[in-house]
Amino acid sequence: MKRFRRHGHESQRDRLKQELFQFNKTVEHGFPHQPSALGYSPSLQLLAIGTRSGAVKLYGAPSVEFMGLHEENAAVTQVHFLPHQAALVTLLDDNSLHMWTLRGHSGQSELLEIGRFTLTGPPGALPCVTRVTAVLPHSSGELLLLGTEGGHVFVVEVPGFRELEERNISLDQVSNSVPQDYVGRRNLEHVETLQENPLNPTQVVIGYGRGLMVLWDLDRQSAVQHIPATQQLESIWWTEDGSCILSSHSDGSYCRWTVGGDDGEEEEKPDVPYGHFPCKAISKIVQLPTKDGPPFLFFSGGMPRASYGDRHCITVIHGKTHVALDFTSRIIDFFVIRHGPHHTGDPSALVVLVEEELVVMDLQTDGWPVIETPYLVPLHSSAITCSHHVSTIPLKLWERILAAGALQSSHYSLEPWPIMGGKNLAPDPPHRDLLLTGHEDGTVRFWDASGVCLCPVYKLSTAAVFQTDTDPNDNMNTGAEGEWPPFRKVGCFDPYSDDPRLGIQKIHLCKYSGYLTVAGTAGQILVLELNDEAAEQTVEAKVVDLLQGQEGFRWKGHARLDVREQPVRFPPGFQPFTLVQCQPPAVVTALTLHSEWKLVAFGTSHGFGLYDYQQKSNVLIRCTLNPSDQLAMEGPLSRVKSIKKSLRQSFRRIRRSRVSLRKHHVNNAAKLQEANARLEAELAEMELAPVQRKIEARSSDDSFTGLVRTLYFAETFLSDSSHTTASLWAGTNGGCVFAYMLRLPPVEHRADEPITAQPAKEIQLMHRAPVVGVVVLDGHGAPLPDPLEVAHDLARSPDMTGSHHVLVVSEEQFKVFTLPKVSAKMKLKLTAVDGSRVRRAGVAWFGSSRSEDYSESGMLVLTNQGDVHVVSLPHVKMQVQYPCIRREDVSGIASCVFTKHGQGFYLISPSEFERFSLSTRYLVEPCCLVEAPSPPGSAPQPGSPSGRSSSGHTKITDGEDAEVLQEIQKSLEGDQMSFLENHVKPAAV
Amino acid sequence: MSRQPQRTPVRTGETVVEVKSKFEAEYRRIALKRNGPGGFQEFYRLLQTIHHIHGLDVLLGYADIHGDLLPINNDDNFHKAISSANPLLRIIITKKGDEPEVFHTNSLQRRKKGLGLTGLRSTGSALAHSKHQSGLLIGPPRDFRQISSIIDVDILPETHRRVRLHKHGTHKPLGFYIRDGVSVRVTPQGVEKVPGVFISRLVRGGLAESTGLLALNDEILEVNGIDVAGKSLDQVTDMMVANSHNLIVTVKPANQRNNVVLRGSKTSVGNSGSVGSVGSTGSALSHDSPSPASQSNPITASSSIAEGDSDDEDDDGDLILENDCLVPYNPHPGPHRTQGSGESPCSDPHTSAGARPLPQSISLPSSISATLNHLGTPSHASRGSQENMKEDGNIITL
Repeated sequence: MKRFRRHGHESQRDRLKQELFQFNKTVEHGFPHQPSALGYSPSLQLLAIGTRSGAVKLYGAPSVEFMGLHEENAAVTQVHFLPHQAALVTLLDDNSLHMWTLRGHSGQSELLEIGRFTLTGPPGALPCVTRVTAVLPHSSGELLLLGTEGGHVFVVEVPGFRELEERNISLDQVSNSVPQDYVGRRNLEHVETLQENPLNPTQVVIGYGRGLMVLWDLDRQSAVQHIPATQQLESIWWTEDGSCILSSHSDGSYCRWTVGGDDGEEEEKPDVPYGHFPCKAISKIVQLPTKDGPPFLFFSGGMPRASYGDRHCITVIHGKTHVALDFTSRIIDFFVIRHGPHHTGDPSALVVLVEEELVVMDLQTDGWPVIETPYLVPLHSSAITCSHHVSTIPLKLWERILAAGALQSSHYSLEPWPIMGGKNLAPDPPHRDLLLTGHEDGTVRFWDASGVCLCPVYKLSTAAVFQTDTDPNDNMNTGAEGEWPPFRKVGCFDPYSDDPRLGIQKIHLCKYSGYLTVAGTAGQILVLELNDEAAEQTVEAKVVDLLQGQEGFRWKGHARLDVREQPVRFPPGFQPFTLVQCQPPAVVTALTLHSEWKLVAFGTSHGFGLYDYQQKSNVLIRCTLNPSDQLAMEGPLSRVKSIKKSLRQSFRRIRRSRVSLRKHHVNNAAKLQEANARLEAELAEMELAPVQRKIEARSSDDSFTGLVRTLYFAETFLSDSSHTTASLWAGTNGGCVFAYMLRLPPVEHRADEPITAQPAKEIQLMHRAPVVGVVVLDGHGAPLPDPLEVAHDLARSPDMTGSHHVLVVSEEQFKVFTLPKVSAKMKLKLTAVDGSRVRRAGVAWFGSSRSEDYSESGMLVLTNQGDVHVVSLPHVKMQVQYPCIRREDVSGIASCVFTKHGQGFYLISPSEFERFSLSTRYLVEPCCLVEAPSPPGSAPQPGSPSGRSSSGHTKITDGEDAEVLQEIQKSLEGDQMSFLENHVKPAAV
Repeated sequence: MSRQPQRTPVRTGETVVEVKSKFEAEYRRIALKRNGPGGFQEFYRLLQTIHHIHGLDVLLGYADIHGDLLPINNDDNFHKAISSANPLLRIIITKKGDEPEVFHTNSLQRRKKGLGLTGLRSTGSALAHSKHQSGLLIGPPRDFRQISSIIDVDILPETHRRVRLHKHGTHKPLGFYIRDGVSVRVTPQGVEKVPGVFISRLVRGGLAESTGLLALNDEILEVNGIDVAGKSLDQVTDMMVANSHNLIVTVKPANQRNNVVLRGSKTSVGNSGSVGSVGSTGSALSHDSPSPASQSNPITASSSIAEGDSDDEDDDGDLILENDCLVPYNPHPGPHRTQGSGESPCSDPHTSAGARPLPQSISLPSSISATLNHLGTPSHASRGSQENMKEDGNIITL
């Protein structure tokens, strides 16, 4: 009977779990890692970015975004929207073409892959014959022209990918009519580019790598005109009036050719814009007319090879204005947005995708200022070193931070964001959340993390407090007068840090008082206050000796940062007023702030301290260093770390070399080489990675046992069970917890009476695993609220009548101890059972999806295996477990940060945060609608999604069937895969 | 750290060792010169004389620093006993053949912390009476501290071996390394290759090597009862480290010729698992390792691999200092001995080093026993956990 009842209880709990927890990866914030292709649909006003990892991402208006992932793990080399359709074609590195469409589904659009296709040549043909190098979606929306490495142009019907063999333009057809005197007629090389005549859809120009351009009439299947350029061709632009063709070449020149003239007509003299000395290739050229005035000319590259060959430039020429926009990373592609209902008016904005960011220039305002991007912001403009999330920011503070941030973005254009496709249907975010990221260059960036769009709000720089080698006034932006080429630096990606010691390691923001504390690599702790006015002040430094007279240590790491002695003018925003510098200046490993008590606690690998920032005095210093631990004195440049670093670097190098092998034209030899490289990399991995692991119990003599991992303030029963006292808790790497009783003077004497701290408890966990979290649970078993939370009526006041407990989270187990007399009460073992260790732990509230009033708190845990768990409080029972991050992704796991409402963020690349949620109630995910545009002629749309009846899912299965058939076919016919494929494929869609 | 000074024979200034010798219910106190105590025979005769037991064959034992009862039967261990006296040397004399089980310091030692020396004897003797009827001792050597055992022989396939390593009380490192490898499994479908974890190296002089129960290329199948299939090398490493205080690994030995072969005798009462019980239960043990550990060990056997109990064991060794303890703290206190009746939980040199009773004398909270102790034996609850408390430099300051 008892068992039965218990079972009933359990199933009830299971039901409740389902109502409380649910795991979703919802959205990726930031800038895609390693973008490799850019596409834009003027009619949809959507931007598409393909990446080297095979992802395709679509962006429109802020919060309108879609993401698709190709099954093949190959780089996306080209993205093309089909004209006037909500569909796009991607070309991958493995020569496969993919058709994607935005399909409406229960009121919102979703990005679906609806077909895939690999070009097949005649039987026995070399693979290069069908290796696609150029793609032209024909303006009819029904045809796709595919230029190949072999020099052929294949015509394919879309969206079904049916080859129209009779319309193919073979190399033979073309070369027969090439003028006899053309030097390169024996070998025209690959099709470099295909362009359609903007006025006459039956005409296309085929640009061959050797330089020859052929105007081809699709209907008559014959050449109209030959343009015999002799330089290696890079790109072609057909001017809007159809009268001219611009070609750009690998020698840094571009030429203008008149259309309709006779074959062999002399071109205008090639123009080498940055001439005289040898120049690099102009990889893309665009010319657009303006209604009244000279046209705009845009081209990328073309820099003098010797002097500026390493610059990444796009040149914009309009009348007399000539600017070489100088980007900080490689240019992937660019396009120009035009005014007008049909996007045929004056150029309004230049959108440039470079490897590390997206830059949009306002072409209507004088000086072409940059338009601030609402999304795709490079999180990593300086490498992210830590992050901190603050939920539910009070409106007042929110507005003040926003105001401070607005002053910082005054140099941006006032024009609105030009890409506004799609409709955002997502409900307003439930609360205002801030994500704070600390960076290597000593900045802290504030991001609005409330919704789908992670927008920059405010940027705080701590470098001004310190004396660094470089002068902040030494601005790269000012190009010398009369410099040629006329460079202008654009973009904010700047990975070079002046001084690595400035790096931010820990952040804590009190959302009620506006106090912020940040701590960095060189043991510096700053306390900052939000001030709406600019202020000039000197920040006094207080040095704290954490060694406390321990003998025999010599710090081998970096020196302390020098503090600027003269007053510094701080702009409105967070302004530092207190600086504590740890001695030895080791990286700060734990930090917390209690704004009500006006105390900040900090810890390093040597000990921890408590600082009273009102009286500006030290309250407590405690050395936790193990006397035999010499490694702790090595500093961040220790051998251990440098080995790790060099390993990482060598892996990166291998990876890079692998990627670079995937060049535009890959032949068999290159493939072989690639395979070899991969094997080599694997072998290297085998050799480098230590293949064996030592099994040894932790001992007190291990290194870094004194490293302080966590600090925590609590008002609880520390000395007796009738009175609560303020307390500070610290946990170390060696499994030790220290609790100090704090005596705070009454409020009226707060400024003059000293605060004292007395040791109250010490717990040495027997298993000696690092302590990663300490939480005090109140009489109801709920975690104590944050300081000032109750005062602001934002939290239920804790139950101070019942007995409190303290939960100590180590890497290996969760353990609840009673208070005030500390004795073990409950525990949950993690490592001993499944071998995973706790990497991150945080308290979160989970609301039931079923009933509004039911909610409970739980411990959100990320393990070193990349799994997220929820552990119930106060009973420390495992509730749910979901795989979240790949366990090999060490940096992803290290970057994870939890919110108070059961969500989390982690870096999936240096520039992107993945957002996930374990909560059923709070989900932030894109929800948007894109309507297929009506074509200008409003002719019935053959390819519109509504034209096809079956649902996406069945299509995908059809696709799979097709694959199976293909597979069979392949095995039957050996390597001529062929015919059937082409016939099966269309059937699939 | 503070532990070292306790263990090392200190007080060079003192030249005299206090000896307190006990035979049955009688005590004698004598003093010996630390520098020249003479030989074992001499001492043996001396004790016979002062206890008036001439002609009686007795065994001598002494309480070492950890509260273990260790034998004195030659010059070497006699000198060891003298030199480690701190400052009192407690000698316990037993009649030969009476209670051969006396000198165990096997795995139970930790569980029976509360019982101390004599407690151990009581269980040991109970068992001994039931099993060792004859005076003839056929079995493994007894004069050693148990550091390992083979357990659960009866429930495991013959090809597997479950080894328990007792890290406790030794300064020896566990001393082995593990690696990834490929394991071959025979399935009805044929031979299947699956990833596995293997022992890649044994450190010379380490615990693992010294037991002889683990060998190079043994495949690790379980760690404290949890299957490691599908777990990464790092996970297995972490599991082993987390369990390092009481590590039970189930291996498939690379060398399958030394397996335990059960003779199939159904007479084995209870659990014939422990190697030590081999002699009495009739199961033959054909393993050539110099298993010094083999002691009859009923609790180990019955507890099998139960996670719950090993759980309790290494846990709550957490050292907790309350505020009154945090003030001046003497790391080298004079030893104090409670010399109660023979069977009472008596002092343990380890604990007494703390100078004052530490506040956390947990007799397990019932909640824990309830949740975790599903297979546990009642004796668990009775132990005091103080013994495991370890002081180290981190704590003693302030």
